[in-house]
Amino acid sequence: MTSIGTGYDLSASTYSPDGRIFQVEYANKAVENSGTAIGLRVKDGVVLAVEKVVHSKLLVPESNRRIQTIDKHVGLASAGYLADGRNLSNRARDEASGFRENYRSPPTLQYIVDRLGLYVQAYTLYSSVRPFGCSTILGAVDKNGPALYVIEPSGVAYGYRGAAVGKGRQLAKTELEKLKFDELSMREAVMEAARIIYLVHDDAKEKDFELEMSWVGTETNGVHLPVPKDLFDEASRKAKAALEDFE
Amino acid sequence: METIDIARLKSGEVNLGTSIMAVQFKDGVVVGADSRTTTGSYIANRVTDKLTHVHERIYCCRSGSAADTQAIADIVHYYLQLHTQMSGSPPPVHTAATMFQKLCYENKDALSAGIIVAGWDKEAGPSVYNIPLGGGLFKQPWAIGGSGSTYVYGYCDATYQEGWDRDQTVEFVKNTLALAMSRDGSSGGVIRMCVITEDKVERLFVPGDQLPKFWQGKEVLGSEVPRSAELAGAVAMAVDA
Repeated sequence: MTSIGTGYDLSASTYSPDGRIFQVEYANKAVENSGTAIGLRVKDGVVLAVEKVVHSKLLVPESNRRIQTIDKHVGLASAGYLADGRNLSNRARDEASGFRENYRSPPTLQYIVDRLGLYVQAYTLYSSVRPFGCSTILGAVDKNGPALYVIEPSGVAYGYRGAAVGKGRQLAKTELEKLKFDELSMREAVMEAARIIYLVHDDAKEKDFELEMSWVGTETNGVHLPVPKDLFDEASRKAKAALEDFE
Repeated sequence: METIDIARLKSGEVNLGTSIMAVQFKDGVVVGADSRTTTGSYIANRVTDKLTHVHERIYCCRSGSAADTQAIADIVHYYLQLHTQMSGSPPPVHTAATMFQKLCYENKDALSAGIIVAGWDKEAGPSVYNIPLGGGLFKQPWAIGGSGSTYVYGYCDATYQEGWDRDQTVEFVKNTLALAMSRDGSSGGVIRMCVITEDKVERLFVPGDQLPKFWQGKEVLGSEVPRSAELAGAVAMAVDA
């Protein structure tokens, strides 16, 4: 072994003497470098929004989407390594369709999240693999109503009313904490989501970003869809205006 | 003498040549069955319980091979326990019915099983699912099954009405099964019923000597049968034509 570091961070299957798994903590660092992703669970639905950092002007707008559809009623937004997020969304789709196959009914988000949590956790057990470099926000409206969860690289999954992951999560969380989720409509939540993403974007560091938003709830008849263009444009416009007031 | 056409039983296999049914009403469902189990013409068990518990508020009525349907019900019972532990709440009747359906369809070549699944759940309230021989899945307000059911389809179609209460539904199930048992040679014995509601599952029992009787209970031959004028008129018209 080379003499650099303690050696406890070389594998996800090794604990440090104080009981930490450094590889999992490094995976969290990968998420912290990523553009912010947020989710809002309001009374009649869920809104997802991500700040997609555009690293090249040559990229086609609206390509490399960071929000995916898992099942008719389930959306997923990831922060961190996009490829890891896509692997996870593939797995989520398999879990959802497997449930439909077995039970002939739409899966609850709780079920999908439980299964994905087990999957992600398995990548913290072996020296031959690397933990997932992404935190994932899942939103859905199922038989129990609107639901929002975050799965972290360690495999833990928590339910939230408002969730934020990625670079701007601290600021986003303080903004989310000001909201009254039980009183917001889905349309109002879209406005807030856009405002928060614009707010947390750091102009000084990143030049350009693209806002991506989706929603699922009564407005969409329980189907996970991108926010329609007119509403999206209105939300972006208001977000920019609010930002100018803020500064 | 082979009277069962629904199943290709092995020689000596125990058969539920049966009359079973399930009917939903506002607060729950009533499931019922006769109690005869046969091997050929021999009644292997005359007090069989064909109403099988698969979860707290979900029962199934079994017809066809006793061994096959017991095995299927056991498997579904296990799956439902697992499902309950994982999801943290009692399963919907639809979930149980889907499990039965999958087993019955995917193994249709090896099985002879006609099952009715019925129960109460939080999402849908009372519901009845019929899974006949090929492994189809049909949601119905009422379902009848087994060899005896063929004799009472007309009675059920003519009698069943929406909006019955518990007692009316129990009466309907009891009468239908008594009629089926009286015409079907491989049904008989006693009537067993379960009333499944949100609060409880209640078991009802009608002994073989207290089955409902219809016209056959009366002395018919040799008694005075008043000739209906209406009937005579109808005959006369027929002659005229």
